[in-house]
Amino acid sequence: MNNDLINYTLHLADNSLILGQRNSEWCGHGPVLEQDIAITNISLDLIGQARNFYQYAALLRKDGSTEDSLAYLRTEREYKNCLLTEQPNGDWAQTILRQFFFSSYQYLLYQQLQTGEDKQLAAIAEKSLKEATYHLRWSSEWVIRLGDGTEESHDRMLKAADELWRYTGEMFIAADYEKKTGIDIAALKEPWQKRVKEIFNEATLPYPEKIFMQEGGKQGKHTEHLGYILSQLQYMQRAYPGCEW
Amino acid sequence: MNIQIRKLYYGDIPEDKTGGAIVSKDTKSDWPLWEVFIRSKQGLDHKHVGSLHAADAQMAIENARDVYTRRMEGVSIWVVESKHITASNPEEAGELYEPAVDKIYRHPTFYDLPDEVNHM
Repeated sequence: MNNDLINYTLHLADNSLILGQRNSEWCGHGPVLEQDIAITNISLDLIGQARNFYQYAALLRKDGSTEDSLAYLRTEREYKNCLLTEQPNGDWAQTILRQFFFSSYQYLLYQQLQTGEDKQLAAIAEKSLKEATYHLRWSSEWVIRLGDGTEESHDRMLKAADELWRYTGEMFIAADYEKKTGIDIAALKEPWQKRVKEIFNEATLPYPEKIFMQEGGKQGKHTEHLGYILSQLQYMQRAYPGCEW
Repeated sequence: MNIQIRKLYYGDIPEDKTGGAIVSKDTKSDWPLWEVFIRSKQGLDHKHVGSLHAADAQMAIENARDVYTRRMEGVSIWVVESKHITASNPEEAGELYEPAVDKIYRHPTFYDLPDEVNHM
């Protein structure tokens, strides 16, 4: 059980860290100053959540791990984040839609988690839920704004949906370590779809059709993108082990 | 609506003096400017803190939240599109403000107050 809890905590941490790292790539490149600050703000929220989860996982492991060793010294196969979080930023539409799909999921997940059995995870979820609520609100409004915006922004949202939809199914399929957490992850699918339908409807975007869904991220089988993210994220610790500043 | 405008920022040299072309710009493609007012805590007034660009009021609130309250500066935000603010003309400062200068009797400084009354 303890092993499951460790893996589950790492899975939660990895989701936040990888999406946070992805969003941080916008820093200094946002379409306008205000949105540059907004997306990096979200990035910092996510990395903050990841830290809390990593600290807890390190405590549970009792093997001298730290939040840093868990983030900087695990390999690609040891990372348990959902495939969606590691997908490239693409254009602003793709970044927005990735955030919307994931925040809708995280919002529902944290709601469940905050009433869960594990007190520490519940506390982190309760604190993080406020952030997820804002991310969901922010990204929902952007989906509507772009979907129901100009012809070009609408087309770009369609393209983004086409690109990302195949990575959304995995979120609701429980990995082995998720099965004993007391949270029925499959049950989040329906409210998630409802939310996406509502927002897509308002954004004048068609709800994506049923297609083959990719999976494997939760088990460490990733798309080719994660390796590149980690090589950038972990470069300093790999090149100069134990370096601090 | 396509109109000819000359974009000048602080420190810019006007284009007609540098030989640059006057740019034609679709004004609709630029987000309007919004003025931001923040209340730092309950009971205090909203104070003007600055301005930012946003496509609509909702986005302006969210931009203001990210730009102006990320260091816990506020508990409430107002935004108003800058074009809705009418400002007094600095050139009219003479007739607007100077007549008040010699009317010191408008200040309540000619009353004897008992010592018990503080904070007046």
